[in-house]
Amino acid sequence: MENPFGKITTLAAVMEFFHDGMTLMFGGFGGVGSPPALIDGILEKGVRDLTLIGNDTGFPHIGIGKLVSQQRAVKVIASHIGSNPFAGQFMHEGKLEVEFSPQGILAERIRAGGVGLPAILSDIGMDNELVVKGKPYYSLADKKYLVETALTAEVSIVYAKKADAYGNLIYDKSARNTNPLVAMAGDITIAEVEEIVQLGSLDPDSIITQGVFVDYIIPSKGVNWKWAWQ
Amino acid sequence: MGMAVDIRNQMAKRAAEEIQTGMVVNLGIGIPSLVPNHLPTETMVMFHAENGITGMGPSPSMGEEDENLCNAGGFPVTLNKGGSYCDSAISFGMIRRGRVDITILGSLQVSKNGDLANWIVPGKKVPGMGGAMELAQKAKKVIVVMNHCDKQGKPKIVKSCTLPLTSAACVDIIITDLAVFTVNEEGLLLTELFAPYSLENVVNKTGCKFKIRETVRMIPY
Repeated sequence: MENPFGKITTLAAVMEFFHDGMTLMFGGFGGVGSPPALIDGILEKGVRDLTLIGNDTGFPHIGIGKLVSQQRAVKVIASHIGSNPFAGQFMHEGKLEVEFSPQGILAERIRAGGVGLPAILSDIGMDNELVVKGKPYYSLADKKYLVETALTAEVSIVYAKKADAYGNLIYDKSARNTNPLVAMAGDITIAEVEEIVQLGSLDPDSIITQGVFVDYIIPSKGVNWKWAWQ
Repeated sequence: MGMAVDIRNQMAKRAAEEIQTGMVVNLGIGIPSLVPNHLPTETMVMFHAENGITGMGPSPSMGEEDENLCNAGGFPVTLNKGGSYCDSAISFGMIRRGRVDITILGSLQVSKNGDLANWIVPGKKVPGMGGAMELAQKAKKVIVVMNHCDKQGKPKIVKSCTLPLTSAACVDIIITDLAVFTVNEEGLLLTELFAPYSLENVVNKTGCKFKIRETVRMIPY
């Protein structure tokens, strides 16, 4: 495979970007669309004290859930932790800080970070003290809104169906979910992909994430976990 | 537990009566997920899933599952004709922009003015709100399908919610195993009863006062 941009690399080569105490953003929804090889690599390297940002904490043995259940995270920013009992347990024991954000607002905060906006205005969850806690309000046309800050991360990890050598990505069905947003919000974005193809072989109209946002591409071996329904 | 299964389907069937051709509908887990089984085949609905599916179809047959085609609960589904995929921001854009006609969800408590509390039991489960706040606040019609009382026999329809709110004054219809209520600014209106329950049964098991429609429909199934 030609590699004119130097973006196609290996799992071992990208491991240098993961370190203790870092902020890590991940694509995926209930583990669907989360990058399995990257998550295993981070586990094996023994990286700790992570701040994880993503839709949910997966299941104990699925997706980002592996890092959570092995207590590698000190903080999670997510919309849901219910499918991973370890997340709730560690939260109650004071070992894991959890910042809950309504799902669509979380997605939009990540998107804002990814497109260079500092914050968004929202009217979601204003009846809930947990959502409004510590957040400023902004008045616009006689209505009050919550200021929801944008989210970025040192590294974003995403999972895609195909990448070309520039890092243009297309996704597979509902495995797209938060991946295109997460891909934009990392200072460094690493895409784990099912298939790497030659430049020019993706239909330009079908590309969902532009390679502009993708720094490194590694091949995937597919998921190595059993799904909750199996 | 034949009876229990039956009433779950009766509640789902009642919820299905609210759905018409052309609607975009989001279903929660549990009883709401049974609703599609009770729709007439000629009713053309686009089922919306928070994880980025519009036009979601039924579960695939065994062996046909696709790990990259799952609903928001993580279980395999299919895509109907005309369906499409999008990212999470677009999916919630549809909700906040008011393009979702109906959301059908479960709840822990509903108050007489339609406050919804379905995401947190303090000191117990803290699963997170997921997409419930956006759906409750922005779907055009919010239908709650839930047992009339909790496992301890305490009313789930209450004067004011003791659990943290998902969203205030958002519920339009409550369907329980006993009765159906509509909700508006004036409070609750009982409109229908499931056999064999009487008005007295419902009054005794409800934690607040409610009005009763002049002609109460006895649900015929």
